[in-house]
Amino acid sequence: MKHVIVIGGGIAGMQCARELLHEGVAVTILEKEADTGGKLRQWHKLFPTLTPADEVLSEIRNRLKLSPNLTIKTGCEATKVSPKCVTLSTGEQLECDAVVVATGFDLFDARVKEEYGYGIYDNVITSADLEQMFNRGEVRLTGGGKPRRIAILHCVGSRDEKVNQRHCSKVCCVTGVKQAIELKVLFPEADVFNFYMDIRMFGPGYEEMYREAQHRYNVHFVRGRISEVSPTIDGRLQIKAEDTLTGRPLKMGIDMLVLLVGMRAGKINEKLTAECNLKCQESGFMQPRDSFLHNVESNVGGVFYAGAVTAPKNVGESINEATSAAHAVVEWLNRR
Amino acid sequence: MINFGFSINKPRTIDIDRNNLRKSNEILREMPELQTCIGCGTCTATCTAGNLTDFNFRKVHTQVRRGEYQGVYEELNKCMLCGKCRMLCPRGINTRGVVMLIKRKLGDF
Repeated sequence: MKHVIVIGGGIAGMQCARELLHEGVAVTILEKEADTGGKLRQWHKLFPTLTPADEVLSEIRNRLKLSPNLTIKTGCEATKVSPKCVTLSTGEQLECDAVVVATGFDLFDARVKEEYGYGIYDNVITSADLEQMFNRGEVRLTGGGKPRRIAILHCVGSRDEKVNQRHCSKVCCVTGVKQAIELKVLFPEADVFNFYMDIRMFGPGYEEMYREAQHRYNVHFVRGRISEVSPTIDGRLQIKAEDTLTGRPLKMGIDMLVLLVGMRAGKINEKLTAECNLKCQESGFMQPRDSFLHNVESNVGGVFYAGAVTAPKNVGESINEATSAAHAVVEWLNRR
Repeated sequence: MINFGFSINKPRTIDIDRNNLRKSNEILREMPELQTCIGCGTCTATCTAGNLTDFNFRKVHTQVRRGEYQGVYEELNKCMLCGKCRMLCPRGINTRGVVMLIKRKLGDF
C-alpha cells in the first residue's frame, strides 16, 4: 500500500487525506497543534452565508472517518521534507511515497503596525480576536460597556511595503463587511465605519453582501487608510484618515477599532525553501509548478501543495484545492 | 498696525465628532440607496454642470454624508436636473432624487 504524508491538519490537510484514503492510499497527517482543525477552530462564522465555522469543520472531520489506514500525529512539527521522507522535530524520520504540504498561513501580527496601537491601547482588537469574542458571546469594551462607534480597518499587514507584505490577503475585505454586519446586528444603535483602500469582493454573493451592508445595515464606508490611532482624555480612541472621496482629512472618536489582519506566508515556508529545494514566491508563499495546470504541484516531483500554503485562500477554495491535490498525488503514484 | 500677511487657516479636517449628523442621517433614512454609492464618479463624469463648472456631485453628496453642509445648497443649484447621472449610475441610485432630497433637507443652511 502506498503511503502519503500530509503536513498540516487544517481543512486542506484533512480534506486531502480523506480523498487519498478514498483512493486506497495510507495517510499520515502531521499536525503541530494538539488538535486538528487549524485556523478554522478559532473562527465563528463564514462569509457570505454566515455558516458557523464549526459546522464546516465537523463535517470535514466526519468525512475523515477514522480508517485503519489513517494515522494522525498531533503535536509534531515537520522540519525536513523530501518526496520519500519527512523528518520531525523529534528527529524521527517517516518514510513515504509522496508528501502534501498543507501548512497554511500565519496571521499577520498587528503589533508590528505600532501606529494602530494593538497591544498598547484598550479596545484595539484584530478580526481574529473579534471572531473569538463572537464565539464566547461577549463582544464588549474593556470596561464592559457597549460600543457606540466602531471602526474597522482594512489591509492591516496586506498591500503594505512598510511591513514587507505586498500581496493582497484577499479574504479580509469580505471578512470586514461580514463583521460589520454582525456588529450592527449585535449593536443596532452603533455606527460602524469601514476604512478601506479598495473593496475587493471577488466571490459569489460577496458583492451582494457588501451592498446589503450598505443599504440594509447602514454601514459607512470611507475610502482611506487610517494613519494613526491615539487615546483620548475620556478613554476613547481617536483615529485620523483621509476621506479620499472628499479630498479632506478626517478624524473621529471611536470606542472600538477592529484591525483586519492579513494572511502572511507560514513561518515554515522559510525552512522549506532553505532546506528542501522548494521554491517560494516573493510574498513568501510557496511557488506552485505553474498557475494553471499544475497549481497543486511543487517544483519537486512527489511534493504537492494544498490550501493557503501557496497563496491566501478562502475556505471553499482550500477544500477544492485539497481535492485536486489528492487527485494529482494519486495520478503521480500510479505513474510510478 | 503693519500687516505682515499672516493669517490663521480654518482647519480643513472633517471632524465627525463636532459635525451634526442629524440631517445626514435623515437623508440616508429617506433614501438608503445613497449609501450604496461606491464612489466610481460616473455621475460626475457625465454631468453637464460638472463639465461647465466645478460642480462635483459625487463629492458633494459624500460631504453631506459626513455632516459637512456648508455651501452645499448653493453648490447643488448648479445641477440642472437633466438626469443623465441617474441613467448611468451602476448602483441604480436615483441621483436626481438625491439632489432634490438634499436641497429640501438643507434648505435652511
